[in-house]
Amino acid sequence: MAELDTLESDQPLLVAESLSKSFGRIAACREVSFALYPGEVLAIVGESGSGKSTLLQMLSGQLTPSAGRVSYRMRDGVARDLTTLGEAERRFLFRTDWGYVHQDPAQGLRMAVSAGANVGERLMAVGWNHYGRIRDTASDWLMRVEIDVARIDDAPRTYSGGMRQRLQIARNLVTEPRLVFMDEPTGGLDVSVQARLLDLLRSLVAELHLAVIIVTHDLAVARLLSHRVMVMKGGRVIETGLTDQVLDDPREPYTQLLVSSILPP
Amino acid sequence: MSLAMTAMIDITDARKTFTMHLQGGIELPVVRGVTFHVDPGECVVLSGPSGAGKSSILKMIFGNYRCDSGRIGIRHRGALIDLAVAEPRQVLNVRRVTIGYVSQFLRAVPRVATIDVVAEPLIVNGLARPEAQARAGALLHRLNIPERLWQLPPATFSGGEQQRVNIARGFISDLPILLLDEPTASLDAANRTVAVELIAEKKRQGVAMVAIVHDDEIRHLIADRIVDVTSFAAAA
Repeated sequence: MAELDTLESDQPLLVAESLSKSFGRIAACREVSFALYPGEVLAIVGESGSGKSTLLQMLSGQLTPSAGRVSYRMRDGVARDLTTLGEAERRFLFRTDWGYVHQDPAQGLRMAVSAGANVGERLMAVGWNHYGRIRDTASDWLMRVEIDVARIDDAPRTYSGGMRQRLQIARNLVTEPRLVFMDEPTGGLDVSVQARLLDLLRSLVAELHLAVIIVTHDLAVARLLSHRVMVMKGGRVIETGLTDQVLDDPREPYTQLLVSSILPP
Repeated sequence: MSLAMTAMIDITDARKTFTMHLQGGIELPVVRGVTFHVDPGECVVLSGPSGAGKSSILKMIFGNYRCDSGRIGIRHRGALIDLAVAEPRQVLNVRRVTIGYVSQFLRAVPRVATIDVVAEPLIVNGLARPEAQARAGALLHRLNIPERLWQLPPATFSGGEQQRVNIARGFISDLPILLLDEPTASLDAANRTVAVELIAEKKRQGVAMVAIVHDDEIRHLIADRIVDVTSFAAAA
């Protein structure tokens, strides 16, 4: 029951206030506000050009907003405005408390070094220095993401697309982050490989009580993984709510169009 | 106001309309003026022809469908909250500790063993896995799911077996409110009897239930009160 009580009483982990971003005269993202709580999975859905990737980049401190702000509650309990963090602090966040799962695993992995080193590197960055312990932990994580430990010394360029994506997830989760950003994590994968990955993500997110912000154009991914969705169109959030509510009882014309475009399972 | 003091569910003047934007914005009235309450230990059966809005009302009580107006009062941890205006986090919390929903079909979770599918609602409420699995096993036994199937995911089971897994998952928890949408539809006589017994046990434990059942015999066995949904028909 402890977990439930914290869910109800906890402070938000991340708060976005009136986030906007313009590129010249083009408004890519307009007035987006929300709060994300520990253990909560938020899906941002919409088609390409809707502003969802721009939003994700601002939320993860990779892009400076034209207006508005993002604050994040650090491990010491203090909420900090991302723009006031120094470069070193931001990098430290990324190495420890945050994860970022790219659509293309090649962007999130080092393709030429071994799988074990890919995972172990994150641990060394937070001060681990005992080779045996690093290797054991890396092996554990390969098992958790269902990669044969016999492949630990192989470089991810020898892996299949699905294995690479699972390795990227292991690399991200090994430092026990509290928040993970995911950008179309099942994007380039075959349908059967997607199902397995989603299933794995679902159980890891619940087990580790992770907060996740996931950008996807795939409503099935949103339904399976998220508690809450935000539907974006033309840089604005046009509808938001509980995932099953928005998908089963969509209110806005555009959301109804998106939902009606899903092929029945 | 003694009603509102004790009721587990207290719905007042709830209204639901679908606006079909892809069909030129036509309005599809579903129900209006929905008003009834359910006390602890009581099973209210919704009656009316198909299309009258019975399932929609269950979905409104579960927070799956939104209401245009009115209130969906739910007693949650001793306080009455209005689910029609609750925050998503609050709705999820209500579903975890207060309201269970037994639908007609199991929304199959790929690759998860049957025993774990059934035990999950207990585990998320903090029960240790071995104890949760023991209770899940006992319930699967009662519902005549052979032990050799327990470690398999239910996705490959027959319709009747899946529904029994679904019933086990719905009835395992100690939630004070249960919503039952045709829980016995594809069961044989023996398993229907088990389902009726499970409902009777929940009543004795003080659980408030709202059910949709088409079988007259079952309705007669479980209903303490019938609410006729045709009176909520939303005339266009």
